[in-house]
Amino acid sequence: MRPPLREIDKPLLAVTVALAAYGLAALYSAGQTDVPTFVSTIWHKQVIWLGVGLVAMFLMYRTSPRLLEWATPYAYGISILVLMITLTAGTGAGTAASERSWISIGGVRLGQPVELAKLAVILMLARWLAERREAPATLRDLVPPCLIAGVPTLLVAKQPDLGSAIVFIAVLFAMLYWAGTKPSLLLLLGSPVIGLVLAFSTVAWGAWIVVLFALLLWWRPYVWEGLGVMLANVVMGVIAVPFWRRLAPYQQNRLLAFLNPEVDPRATGWHVIQSKIAIGSGGFLGQGYTHGPQKRLAFLPAQHTDFIFPVVGEELGFVGVLLALALFAALVFALLRISRRATDPYSSLCVFGISGLLFSHIIENVGMTVNLLPVTGIPLPFFSYGGSFLLACSLAVGISLRVAWESRQSGYAEL
Amino acid sequence: MSSFHPYLLERRLRLARMVVWVALAALVVVFFRTQILEHSKYQLQSETNRLRPIPLPAPRGIITDRNGKVLAENVPGYTVSLLPAADEDSLHATLTRLAPFVKLDNAGIERVLVRYRRTPYVPVTVLPNATFAVVSALEERRLIFPGLLIQPEPKRHYPDSALVAHLVGYIGEVTEAERAQRRLAPVRLGGLLGKDGLEREYDDSLRGADGVRFVEVSALGRVVRDVGAASTLPPIPGRALSTTIDLDLQRYVAEIFPAGQRGALLALNPNSGEILALYSAPGYDPNAFVGGVDPDYWRSLNVNPAHPLLDRAIKTFYPPGSTWKLAIATMALRRGIVTFRSHMPIPCRGGLQYGNRYFRCWSATGHGDLTLSDAIAQSCDVYFYQLGLKLGLTSMLEDASGLGFRSRTGIDLPGEITAVFPGGTDYYDRVYGPRRWTSAVTLNLAIGQGENAQTLVNMVRFYQMLASDGRARPPYLVHPAAGSNTSLGLSPDQLAGLRQAMNRVVEQGTARGAGRFGGSIAIAGKTGTAQNPHGPAHGWFIGFAPAEKPEIVVGAIIEFAREGPYVAPLVTRVIGHYLGVDTTAASKVRIVFPTDTAPHSRQLLPGPPSVEDSTIVPIVPTDTGVTRPDTGNATPPPRDR
Repeated sequence: MRPPLREIDKPLLAVTVALAAYGLAALYSAGQTDVPTFVSTIWHKQVIWLGVGLVAMFLMYRTSPRLLEWATPYAYGISILVLMITLTAGTGAGTAASERSWISIGGVRLGQPVELAKLAVILMLARWLAERREAPATLRDLVPPCLIAGVPTLLVAKQPDLGSAIVFIAVLFAMLYWAGTKPSLLLLLGSPVIGLVLAFSTVAWGAWIVVLFALLLWWRPYVWEGLGVMLANVVMGVIAVPFWRRLAPYQQNRLLAFLNPEVDPRATGWHVIQSKIAIGSGGFLGQGYTHGPQKRLAFLPAQHTDFIFPVVGEELGFVGVLLALALFAALVFALLRISRRATDPYSSLCVFGISGLLFSHIIENVGMTVNLLPVTGIPLPFFSYGGSFLLACSLAVGISLRVAWESRQSGYAEL
Repeated sequence: MSSFHPYLLERRLRLARMVVWVALAALVVVFFRTQILEHSKYQLQSETNRLRPIPLPAPRGIITDRNGKVLAENVPGYTVSLLPAADEDSLHATLTRLAPFVKLDNAGIERVLVRYRRTPYVPVTVLPNATFAVVSALEERRLIFPGLLIQPEPKRHYPDSALVAHLVGYIGEVTEAERAQRRLAPVRLGGLLGKDGLEREYDDSLRGADGVRFVEVSALGRVVRDVGAASTLPPIPGRALSTTIDLDLQRYVAEIFPAGQRGALLALNPNSGEILALYSAPGYDPNAFVGGVDPDYWRSLNVNPAHPLLDRAIKTFYPPGSTWKLAIATMALRRGIVTFRSHMPIPCRGGLQYGNRYFRCWSATGHGDLTLSDAIAQSCDVYFYQLGLKLGLTSMLEDASGLGFRSRTGIDLPGEITAVFPGGTDYYDRVYGPRRWTSAVTLNLAIGQGENAQTLVNMVRFYQMLASDGRARPPYLVHPAAGSNTSLGLSPDQLAGLRQAMNRVVEQGTARGAGRFGGSIAIAGKTGTAQNPHGPAHGWFIGFAPAEKPEIVVGAIIEFAREGPYVAPLVTRVIGHYLGVDTTAASKVRIVFPTDTAPHSRQLLPGPPSVEDSTIVPIVPTDTGVTRPDTGNATPPPRDR
């Protein structure tokens, strides 16, 4: 049965349209600089991509979750393949010129496959977790989903696109949680990362190992798993420094500049400093739409992609920021609601993964503009310019709309 | 139980919602802090980010003579400068690209970079004196020079250049040391300051106050636009300065001043102290200092043995020679020791035996028995030796102090040095040791030799007293110095007698033939020859006219003038020109000059330092704080290109 348009989930559609309109307005303003650049007309392209996205959204709305579930392994396989091709034949572009994140044929850049791969990973994780029926109870159970998410994570980390790699991990944890994995297990799974971070202080790392040992005694996992977790943490502690040395200087700088932007105010810290200045000078009501001086005079870097949110902050002030955050909150809550009412685990996991994806993008992107999080180049949904991600978001919303219709169709009511 | 039981899902959803709420709340808090609480801080940063202050130089006040004729004015000019770049490398790159247009060599680029390092936040001047051609060439290529700033800027111009050099002085960029002074604190770095002459003396009122305008720049440092007029602070132009100078007379002096000679001439109104002309030779071109002096020119000024930067009217001592005899006569008259008809015990036979020394008169044949009037007219040394002895050393030293021979005139020009004369007999005790000296020093002092060094302006001031009612009126160019109540203390009769005697100097005496243009005007004056141990003597003449009711006093000194055929005619021609009589006759008359050859026992005090090539070296007391243009390792003022 084909879902008619009038039975579409109106709250989700409304908040999506609102966000798309708000984002387009922000993108238009981002192009209004005193010295016009290519950014000034970029919103034309974004309108086209919005059209494409609308079509994609509609197509997904018309696509049965069962068909999607069947197609999932193929989509995932193709994604991995394309990511591999990107790694060997990819090109850099724009603000990420040094990254091999674009796929292009005959010099025409088609897009950033990683954005669509994020969706494919969500679908694949949903399929695997839904098939099991039971929540993963041991670390061993977690190996397949970790592999599903881990392979693309490593591939994008090699590009290197640290931001997207972090998004993959965030999505993995979100979906494992939604599938019913115990938080203690997730903590053990994530413990090597904590060990890695704490390894920069020997005392902190030692304390962490003691705490971890206590937790293992308390939670009583299988002995081998417990030993494995301990070993992983120790190994992380040992390789932390060589790993740090192997990071590219700009990656090191981003992390250092996160701790103190003034370390390198002309290069790495520049983004964060200028972004904070733009946001802070916006005040309560902002400098007026299209009139933000920081943006106009090109002090704000990447104002049409990664740092588009400071444009909102500078020109529309705290009020504009609150409005945007409220819309994002409405989007995430709508997705959570749909996920909760989904008729089957696969759909539910898909939508929860989508909400995790969008949420991690929002928090990371907005957080980095006020130096709450380190700078990573990941786009803000519906705001940042970029066809691939907009398409991925549209597809994701389309899937969610279909899931919402399914539960409505089955007469799902509030508990 | 399926892990997707609605009850379990609902529990997980609650935690998920909480995570979302917490994360969003954290964002809202951070944005609230950034946008509301710290708004003003970031607003300021945003403005300093994009606004660059551009100084608007205030035009300096013009300087005019007493009739409104211009001594110093401003002409339009252009300054090429660069807004501070992100870092030195990009500035260097821009300069390299700019170099062919503004004719900048590597050393020039380095100089600009030095200036940039000193003041990294204000535009750095690249070319202070850009021609219109350069400016238009740059304007065409504006796009390839980020931060290029071309400003119309008033430039100082001295129409009469070297002719008024020592009057107006010159300007230059403020130095770090100068900015440390409280008075000059408001001058911005790179601002201009009067460095000498009137420009320096009246700098505070001439300077005005620089304005500032703000331009908005983009992140690449390109000027995008002027910020509105509201935030522009217009410059306050300097106040015009009206001086007492008579530019016509000044020009005339420069014209007839013997070419190639070193010396100075000062003309003033005896009844007011207004300076009518002040000329020192050789001069220099003050226009060359505008926009930074060329290092080669600066060096040439400094190595020049004639010291062109030295104002010989106020910054150099000379032994006053016979011009001093009027001072001795004044002292003796006011103390009632002599009258104009007094004779001395020993008539002049060409010299005077005193103790075991023979003091000669300049006239080997002798002047015979003279009255005071005759002695002044003939400048008889023997008469004044005896008059000095009669007066006594103590009285002489005391009166010299009272008449201002140990002080400055207070002329409103920077760097006037203090005239030197012993303050008391203890001076001789100090120099020679107690009882190791005799009253022979009195004989030397009596004829203007010995430990006596006067500036031209100080001697002219003394003659001004003679030429007026006996009261001192300190020479000035703009404002008279306050609080001088020096007076000769002579009766009008005595004054008239002195003037008559001085008139006879010109009529029949040592400057015979120098005055009396067709019998119309009586000029009074006194010649002098300053013994110079390093070469030919310096020639003095100080005169005033009309002798009965003087309107002008003119003093001149010419170094190494020997018997000086120049000095008296020079002065009388200046007087004649000022009083509007024909002066051509004077130059044809041959003049006999006295050679005042009184033996001088000692060098002048404090003794000229070791001198090169027999010039008289200007002695500048260190306590005046005047920087003397030195021949040595002078560093040139910073130059802009």
